[in-house]
Amino acid sequence: MTNKLLRRWAPGIAVAAAAALGLTACGSGGSGSDSGTDADAVTSALAKGGSITVWAWEPTLKQVVTDFQAKYPKVHVNLVNAGTGNDQYTALQNAVGAGKGVPDVAQIEYFALSQFALGKSVTDLSPYGAKDLAKTYSPGPWNAVNIDGGVYGLPMDSGPMALFYNKKVFDKYHLPVPTTWDQYLDDARKLHQADPKAYITSDTGDAGMTTSLIWQAGGKPYAIDGTKVSVGFDGDAGTAAFTKVWQPLISEHLLSPVVPWSDQWYKGLGDGTIATLATGAWMPANFTTGVKGASGDWRAAPLPQWKDGQHASAENGGSSLAVMKAGGNKALAYAFLQYAAQGAGVQARIKGGAFPATTADLDSQAFLDTAFPYFGGQQANKIFSQSAKDVLPGWSYLPYQVYANSIFNDTVGKAYVSGTTLTDGLKSWQDKSVDYGKQQGFNIG
Amino acid sequence: MAVISPPGIGKRSAPGLSPPGRAASRRHWAGWGFVSPFLIVFALVFLAPIGYSVYLSLYRSQLIGGTRFVGLDNYQQAFGDHEFWSGLGRVGLFLLVQVPVMLGVALLVALALDSGRLYGRSFFRISIFLPYAVPAVVASLMWGFMYGKRFGLVASINEHLHTSLPDPLAPGWVLASIGNIVTWEFVGYNMLIFYAALRVIPGSLYEAAEIDGAGQWRIIAAIKLPAIRGALVIATVFSIIGSFQLFNEPSILKSLAPNAITTYFTPNYYTYSLSFAGQQHNYAATVAIVMGLVTMVVAYAVQLRGMRKEV
Repeated sequence: MTNKLLRRWAPGIAVAAAAALGLTACGSGGSGSDSGTDADAVTSALAKGGSITVWAWEPTLKQVVTDFQAKYPKVHVNLVNAGTGNDQYTALQNAVGAGKGVPDVAQIEYFALSQFALGKSVTDLSPYGAKDLAKTYSPGPWNAVNIDGGVYGLPMDSGPMALFYNKKVFDKYHLPVPTTWDQYLDDARKLHQADPKAYITSDTGDAGMTTSLIWQAGGKPYAIDGTKVSVGFDGDAGTAAFTKVWQPLISEHLLSPVVPWSDQWYKGLGDGTIATLATGAWMPANFTTGVKGASGDWRAAPLPQWKDGQHASAENGGSSLAVMKAGGNKALAYAFLQYAAQGAGVQARIKGGAFPATTADLDSQAFLDTAFPYFGGQQANKIFSQSAKDVLPGWSYLPYQVYANSIFNDTVGKAYVSGTTLTDGLKSWQDKSVDYGKQQGFNIG
Repeated sequence: MAVISPPGIGKRSAPGLSPPGRAASRRHWAGWGFVSPFLIVFALVFLAPIGYSVYLSLYRSQLIGGTRFVGLDNYQQAFGDHEFWSGLGRVGLFLLVQVPVMLGVALLVALALDSGRLYGRSFFRISIFLPYAVPAVVASLMWGFMYGKRFGLVASINEHLHTSLPDPLAPGWVLASIGNIVTWEFVGYNMLIFYAALRVIPGSLYEAAEIDGAGQWRIIAAIKLPAIRGALVIATVFSIIGSFQLFNEPSILKSLAPNAITTYFTPNYYTYSLSFAGQQHNYAATVAIVMGLVTMVVAYAVQLRGMRKEV
C-alpha cells in the first residue's frame, strides 16, 4: 500500500523504460563538473578515495553510481534501496536513533527534508559551498532545501506542475482546454453531463495535490520559524480559492472516485473516463509505461490559473540528496552529491527519464526541443520548464509533513465520502496537525 | 486464555519418599537445568518483548526535546484518546456481529457434515476449508477487487441485473465488507474444529438415543452440542482474539477506500500508524499494552463463562 501511495512522491520510480521518451537526444548544456565549490576538502576526498553508502530508491541513480565509480576509481559507492519514501524514512530515523548503520547520503523528498533538518540528522552543506548554488537550481526545489538559513540537501529532481489532458476527449466534446480553474469546473460539468461515465479527473483526497494547489493559489497555510510552527488553513486566501472550486467538484460528484496508481486508475487514464491530471512534470514516464494504449491521446498544458491572466505554478513531488550528520565521510559524500545533482550525473538521470531541477538543463535548447511521441510530438518540456520558473516562492511544508499527510484522509478525506465540507475537513486536519506539533514539542503559534 | 504453568516437580514428591534436604536441593538444580532451554527461549521471545514494551510505554520521545521519562502519562493519554476508543468500539461491534455469524455457519456446516446424510462429504469439507489456506492479504486483495463499484464484481452485477447495490467500500458498509471477508476466511477453520470434536463422540450414545426414540434435533441438542462445548469455547476465544487484532484486511482495503478506513480504524492499525507514520513508538507501545490487557480480560471472561457448567 505504502508503495502505491508514495509513488506520486517518488518521481521516476516507474521510469525504467524512459528511453522511449526520446530524451536520449538531450544535449549536454549541463552545468558540468566545474561547479564552482572551493571546498578543498571535497577535491582531496575524491583524490584520496574511500567508500560511502547511499540510501536511495530512485532507479536512475544506479547509472549515476556506475559512472561516478568509473570516473573516480578509488571511490566505492554502496547504493542501498532501504525502501521507498516513508519506509526509508522510518529506517533512517531508526538508524539515527540507534547511532549505528546511518548511511553517508540519503534520498529525502522535499516535503520530508525539513523534518530531518530539524532533527539535526542531516548536515548543513553551506561550508562546502552549497550556498552559492542558488542560481544553479530552479526556485521551487532550491527553496525546499533551504531551511533556517542552511542548505540541507542538493535538489536531485523536481516536479513543476502541469495539466495533462486527454485531447481526444476534449475534442470529442468540444471542450476548451482550461486556462483557469473556474473554466476547469465548467469543463468538468459539461464533460460529466455529456458522458456520465467520464470525469474531469480522479481524486479521492490527496494531501500532496491539495497542498500543491493551495500553494499555486498563493496560500501559505504553514509558517515555520525554527521550532515555531503555525498551521492556518482557515483564513488563508489560497485555501479559500482552492475550496471554492474543489467543493463543487466534490459535491456535484464530478470527480472519479478511483484511487490514484490503482489498476482502475491506469485504465481510466487510458479509456478517457479520467480526462485530466494536474501533477508534476515527472509524470510523462509513468504515462508511457502505465498507459501505453492511449499514446497520442494526451497533451500537456500549463496548469490552470486561480486568477485569469496570472502565471503561477507550484511543485508536486521531487527529492533531494542529503548528507547524513552521523555519516563517516562527509567530504566524499558531498562530492557524490555534486556529481549526482549538479554534475554529469544530472545528464545521466535525464536520459533515464528524470525531470531535472538544474536551470542549465531546464533552459537547454535540446531539452526544450525534445519531442514527446507519447504527446503526439509535443515539446512538452517547454511547458514544464516554464512552470518551474513560475513556481511561487515562500511555500514551506511542516517539519512533520510525513505524519500530517498520513492523517489527511482521516480528516479532509471525510469531505469526499460524507456531508463534511472541504473547509471543515481542512480545519480538522489543521487541528490534528497542531495537536501533533504540540506533542512533539514545537512552539505552536 | 489459559495460563500454562509447568508443574512444580520439586514439591510434588510423596511425603514418605522425600530425601534429605541436600539431595532435594541438588535435584532442584537438575530440574532447572532441564527446564532452562525452554525458559531461556521463553524469556527471550515472550517476556523480553513485553518487558521492553512496558519500558517504552513509560517514556516519550519528541522531535523537539528528545526522550524523557513520563511515568504513566501515556496510559492517561490512551484512556482519554477518542481515536483509540473508536477503534476499540469498532472491533467490539465486529466481535458482537461477525463472530456469532461465523461460528453459527461453521457449526451448521459441521453438523451437516457429521449427520452422515451429506453426499460428497470430503469434497465439501475440503472446499469449505480451502479459503483458510489463502493468505489473508491475498484474500483481502481478491475481495477488494470484487467490491469495486466501478470495475469489480459489484459493478458487473449492477450493470447486468440493473440493480444499484450500495458501495461495499463506503464508510457505512466497509466494516460489514471486512466481516464478510473474515467470515469467508475462517468458517472452514472453525468448521474443522467443530467437526473434529463431533467425530470423537462415542457411537454408543447415538445408539442409546435412538433406542430411546430421540430424533435428530434432540440428538443435536442433548448430545452433540454439550459434547463439543469445549471446542465451541476454544473457537470463540480464538475469534475474540482475532477480532481484536484485526489488521490485514483494513490495511489492504485502505488503498482502495482511503477515506472510509481511517488510520485508527482498528486498535492494531492505530498502533501501526502511530509507530510508522507518527514516530510515536512510546505511545504505540502503550496502546498495544492496553489492547493486550483488554483482549486478555474479555477472552478470559468468555472462557470462564463458557466452562462454568461443564465440570
